Amino acid sequence: MDFGPHLFLATLEGAITAAVISLTAAGLSIVFGIMRVVNVAHGEFFMLGAVGAWWVTTAVGGHPAFGFAAALIAAPLFVGAIAALADRLVLFRLGYDPERTIVATIGILYVIQQVTLMTFGPDARPVEPPFNKRIPIPWLGIGENGLELTWPWGLATTTYKLAVIVAAAVILFGVWQFLSRTRFGLLMRATQLDREMATAFGIPVRKIYARVFGFGAAIAALGAVLIVPVQQAHYLMGTDPLLLSFIVVIIGGLGSLPGTIVAAVLIGMSDGIISVFFSPTLAKILATLLVAFVLVFRPQGLFGKAQA
Amino acid sequence: MLEVDAIHAAYGQVKVLFGLSITVRPGEIHCLLGRNGAGKTTTVKSIMGLVPLLSGTVTMDGEHLSELEPYEIPGRRVGLIPQGRRLFAELTVEENLEIGLLVRNTGDAAKERVLDMFPRLRERLQQPAATLSGGEQQMLAVARALCIEPKVLLLDEPTEGLQPSMIELIRSALKRLRDEGVAILLVEQRIDAVLSVADRVSFIENGRNVETLPAEEAVRDRGKLAKYLGV
Repeated sequence: MDFGPHLFLATLEGAITAAVISLTAAGLSIVFGIMRVVNVAHGEFFMLGAVGAWWVTTAVGGHPAFGFAAALIAAPLFVGAIAALADRLVLFRLGYDPERTIVATIGILYVIQQVTLMTFGPDARPVEPPFNKRIPIPWLGIGENGLELTWPWGLATTTYKLAVIVAAAVILFGVWQFLSRTRFGLLMRATQLDREMATAFGIPVRKIYARVFGFGAAIAALGAVLIVPVQQAHYLMGTDPLLLSFIVVIIGGLGSLPGTIVAAVLIGMSDGIISVFFSPTLAKILATLLVAFVLVFRPQGLFGKAQA
Repeated sequence: MLEVDAIHAAYGQVKVLFGLSITVRPGEIHCLLGRNGAGKTTTVKSIMGLVPLLSGTVTMDGEHLSELEPYEIPGRRVGLIPQGRRLFAELTVEENLEIGLLVRNTGDAAKERVLDMFPRLRERLQQPAATLSGGEQQMLAVARALCIEPKVLLLDEPTEGLQPSMIELIRSALKRLRDEGVAILLVEQRIDAVLSVADRVSFIENGRNVETLPAEEAVRDRGKLAKYLGV
């Protein structure tokens, strides 16, 4: 296969990774930005979203689109509720202490993972996409009549994969609008800026924290529902998104949503391209090296603000 | 009326207030004076529930504020202008006011009232609070607290770092609020800035209220100022 079409396909795969990682990392970034909690269990909320999508689509039956539409609503709500409960039962009791919450979220990670293993089982299970038309990818090449469109052998994507990219962009735009235009978004931002003053102006910080933790987990779950028809649901599938999300939020700047999105595109695309041309392991090694460089030369991340 | 009765408060293991009591009547400016570390800011924070009480009570018009969750206290019409302004720096002027308005859903009428009081803020509504001058930031801190339409207003060093014209503006705003019946508790280091507007003065020493007297008496008796403040 020619290099050009090959690169194009790799870029497309990278864009799908970027789309899903930007959603997962956005949730992690929002939770850290507002609560200062490093949520190590974030990948498990992603996994729960995928598993929840499998449960819902299996239960609804009929045309895959019905089940998928139900999963898009039910799975993030369910995961958000679980996360809010974890906040009330665990993080709140630790006073949101930065160090102790890291240990606590590691505990939450194992609890979720093992409960899923006991109930869902060890097998990967597929979720049917709501639509999945194959689209051959055209390429410009020199033919008998000069420059013309060609269709290199087997090179194709699907309508569903393209829809994942569009859906992620729409959801991120919605999150941005939610944070910047709604009353709850304003309360979240005020709490992020000064927790004590937020309390002095009647903002119930504890309730805000529970909702933020639930909201962050729900965004990750939404990303998982979008990707599960491509990847399958499995009880260990939270590890990679967690690693990539940490890489993305460190490069983008912890707590910075624009930084998270830019870094997700950068990491997602490079992950896709390097995985196709070389190996997924090399892609992870290079991303981790990039994190090391960022931590050494710009610890606050590309878009983060340096601490005074 | 705000009544602070024999409160004890601490930051972790460090006790700061030792049975402090004060009363602030409606339509009164009551000034807390004391040296650095005497417990003035802690008193204000304790009233707002931001520092938990070990014992003692804070009541407003008979309701125990000290039994409420801290975030419920502003809803009882207790406004705070904290030391150092503590604005939500990245939010715009309008969003900072919105935070104050949301406390009691006071709406556009309260917003218009504070913007009439500080017209310069009206010109800066879409500007982030951090980009305002020091004087404008203090106007915003006052305006944000007034959005609650407070019955009790707590001010912690509101003239800190301000130029004289701005101090005069703050003082005239305080007089106006007093005339409207607001009970004002004013913490200040600058004695000259407060004695001309205060009705009563309490001297705080080592977390205790050692003496309360009318402001005119404090003006006349410079010996007390020297004794408690070293001036």
